[in-house]
Amino acid sequence: MAVAEQTTSEPKPDAAAEHGPEPGSLLDWLTTVDHKKLGLLYIFLSLFFLVVGGIEALLMRWQLMWPDYDFVTRDRFNALFTMHGTTMVFFVGMPILIGLGNYFVPLMIGARDMAFPRLNAFGLWATLFGGFLVYFSFATGGAPALGWFAYAPLTEKTFSRGPATDLWALGLIVSGAGTIAGGVNFIATILGMRAPGMTLFKVPFFVWTMLWTSFLILVAIPPLTAGLIMILLDRNLGAHFFDAQNGGSAIMWQHMFWFFGHPEVYILILPVFGMVSEIIPVFSRKVLFGYEFMAAATMGIAFVSLGVWAHHMFTVGMTRTQDLFFVASTLIISIPTGIKFFNWLATMYGGRLRFESPMLFCFGFLSMFLIGGLTGIMLAAAPFTFQLSDTYFVVAHFHWVLIGGTLFGTFAGIYYWYPKMTGRMLDERLAKWQFWLLYIGFMLTFGPMHISGMLGMARRIYTYEADRGWMFWNQLTTVGALIQAPSFAIFIWNVIVSWRKGKPAGDNPWDAWTLEWATASPPPSYNFEEVPVVHSRRPLWDLKHPDDPDWKYEHE
Amino acid sequence: MSGVILMRSMLLLAVGESARQNVSIFDPASPQAESIRNLGILVLAITGGIFLVVEGILFYTMFRFRRGAPPGPLVPNPDPKVPPPVTVEPAGTSPEPPQVYGSKPIEIAWTAAPTLVVLILLLVITRTLWEIAPDRPEPHEGDNALFVTVIGRQWWWEYRYDHYNGRPLGFTTANELHIPVGRDGKDYPVYLTLQSADVCHSFWVPRLAGKTDLIPGRTNHMTFHTATAGLYVGQCAEYCGTQHAKMLLRVNAQPSEEFESWLRHEEQPATDVETVREDKHVFLKQSCVNCHLVRGTEKDTPARRREYAPDLTHLMSRKTLASGIIVNDVKTLRDWVRDPQNIKAGCLMPAFGLSDRELDSVVRYLLTLR
Ligand code: HEC
Ligand SMILES: [Cu+2]
Ligand SMILES: [Cu+2]
Repeated sequence: MAVAEQTTSEPKPDAAAEHGPEPGSLLDWLTTVDHKKLGLLYIFLSLFFLVVGGIEALLMRWQLMWPDYDFVTRDRFNALFTMHGTTMVFFVGMPILIGLGNYFVPLMIGARDMAFPRLNAFGLWATLFGGFLVYFSFATGGAPALGWFAYAPLTEKTFSRGPATDLWALGLIVSGAGTIAGGVNFIATILGMRAPGMTLFKVPFFVWTMLWTSFLILVAIPPLTAGLIMILLDRNLGAHFFDAQNGGSAIMWQHMFWFFGHPEVYILILPVFGMVSEIIPVFSRKVLFGYEFMAAATMGIAFVSLGVWAHHMFTVGMTRTQDLFFVASTLIISIPTGIKFFNWLATMYGGRLRFESPMLFCFGFLSMFLIGGLTGIMLAAAPFTFQLSDTYFVVAHFHWVLIGGTLFGTFAGIYYWYPKMTGRMLDERLAKWQFWLLYIGFMLTFGPMHISGMLGMARRIYTYEADRGWMFWNQLTTVGALIQAPSFAIFIWNVIVSWRKGKPAGDNPWDAWTLEWATASPPPSYNFEEVPVVHSRRPLWDLKHPDDPDWKYEHE
Repeated sequence: MSGVILMRSMLLLAVGESARQNVSIFDPASPQAESIRNLGILVLAITGGIFLVVEGILFYTMFRFRRGAPPGPLVPNPDPKVPPPVTVEPAGTSPEPPQVYGSKPIEIAWTAAPTLVVLILLLVITRTLWEIAPDRPEPHEGDNALFVTVIGRQWWWEYRYDHYNGRPLGFTTANELHIPVGRDGKDYPVYLTLQSADVCHSFWVPRLAGKTDLIPGRTNHMTFHTATAGLYVGQCAEYCGTQHAKMLLRVNAQPSEEFESWLRHEEQPATDVETVREDKHVFLKQSCVNCHLVRGTEKDTPARRREYAPDLTHLMSRKTLASGIIVNDVKTLRDWVRDPQNIKAGCLMPAFGLSDRELDSVVRYLLTLR
């Protein structure tokens, strides 16, 4: 027997509901410490900012439709790309992953909540207030125009006078604190609150990746926070950390930022690796191939990703030996990533593949993330990057990773888990429309950027010269962005409409195997009536196949 | 407005953008850029190969193992006349396919394969890295080498000519870099020293070399040489504030005699033309000279030889103004001096509200600065 006692929702009034605000009321949502509600709030927060960041991107794309165009003027354009990058990384990418983690990590390990529910609420609100602080700069006469990595000394008072830069730094410090809180909470939850029988090597793969993501959060965010505080000291108390004219070091900021910035990339992709590693097996009807190797590869990525940061700085004039070190470490990180990819393929191989929406988006993830990974290998070739860094090729590369990888994977996750979160299925027809519009629009947007980059187009320019031959490629890109835009609208529409009108989901619509599917949809606030006992990585498989349970084959 | 731009861009398309500047990294004009190009093509080929194989396996797997696909081992149908048995199972009722938990030998194999690729890549990258490493010899006679210090400024380039063929030079110019091209199999190497006066910039002329940043408080180097005369363009490649997009680069590669005569001319102080004495006087009375230097005028004292703005000594020897964004002719020059903010909004030269007469004088004088 794998799961001792199954429970379907027998909603019994729990303690919070008796004394706290009325369940479902606004006050309830504002004061909740329930990991599922907080998870949903995280997701709403990031969807809100996704729309904002998307609009910013569309404005930029329209400006670049023609050379020497002046649809948005230079300072506004410079603010737009700063805010777009900041928004998408800090207020869309991380919150949506932390939100899904919040909702599902406790459920998947058979826990009743996160380890520190109040800290959890703090994380959410800090993230939200951080976002508001950054956006508040618009009200002070202009958002920061720095680029999302805000190279010193552009952030010094001499070069950016208004309060926008301060608000930007402050906002990221605050939301960073929230993120760190989330990281601490995940680690404590995963290490301390697993169901009986679930050893650390029997956790669902998504949980494993959240563990290592949290590790990266704890290592990577503090240096960023320190750097941001130094910016504030420079600007407001006359320090000179990054002020080269007064003995500071401009390049130190770059090191501090990228020591955060590269692991950040993996903070944004590891949970997605986890999600697709849940979905692909279920929709192939096969167990995840090579769990142990996948787990080791995740650890490997987490550690090696701490030693590659200066591949973002190949053009700062390092010595050749330093260059070589970062070339090597960057290339090495592609090995565990490759292992994962092959394992996903092997999981599908010989399976019986169903292409409902979660798997469709996994297909999007697999076919696109591969390309992003390969352009990453090109950029690891330092001399090639002497040409390509800070061009549209790089922009294409990281969007290919962040949209082709993170976004497609996250959509897969949302389509997979939405039934659990709401008790309703998302509409499959709308899902197909969304997928294909996004898939085609995405390729049309970012494909041509590779070419404009190789044709010499630098990034972060609010306009370009007509005689450079970039117009055609930029127009393709803009058209691609216009094709993508409705796909997001369809998604939001689908989420809203299906919430009330979707097909009822039942407890386990996908016939999946991990613990979150053993409880009701949506789960009651206490998650599980009885804490399940686990013997393998796929408790529900064991339950269904008592004659041939997983734990017979698993070894640690 | 947008209509005009639309028409203009259509016109550009129609004439095939005839005056197109080439900035492609795949069209190198120096051994340095060529070496990067070659590496780039190799890396593209390797990653392209991986792409085809892996994406191929992915699509094959997707297709072959989709639900409802004919089951059975992957052997070609022995008798094409007899169609393979097709069994479509209704959803949910099908038994689960065989569960395969993993395989150590397979994992080892697909760890080894990418490791091998990584090793190969590492070797070729290392070779290229050292091939294009900037070096820094001491200037000496007969080296035919040009040494220039490039100083990045918001949003223009200052060029201090240091040495040529071992001879110290010591004059400063702006925005248009002139370099000699090799001849009779002899290289005329160019050694750039890169510094910044304010924020980070990046010097990038794709056909000549990869980019290198100009970082305040730091000195970087760049080396290249070319055997093809012509104009090479590029632009600042590190975001540096408001007008980053309008910080363009122009490098004139000239046959060595032509370059040397340009050099001799630039070394001279400004010409003193009799007919514009009055205008010169008007110019020197303006605040222009607080920022700009015109060598050989009475305002050119050692104390003033600090650069805040482009050196104007030989302004009219430049084809463009304001770091390559507009052509340099009577009209644009007048427009610029009247209100630079109208042309390059946010740039660090304000409008001075000169009267038309002052403006005429100033421009008349500037036009003599050949
Ligand atoms: C406050 C300092 C300052 C003053 C005063 C000033 N300029 Fe400038 N000038 C600049 C800067 C900075 C630039 C470069 C602008 C850019 O390209 O971004 C410039 C550019 C120019 C250029 C174009 C040079 C080139 O090669 O691209 C001309 C011509 C010029 N100024 C003429 C004048 C004249 C004439 C006056 C006096 C009426 C004047 N400037 C006063 C700062 C100044
Ligand atoms: Cu990186
Ligand atoms: Cu610049």
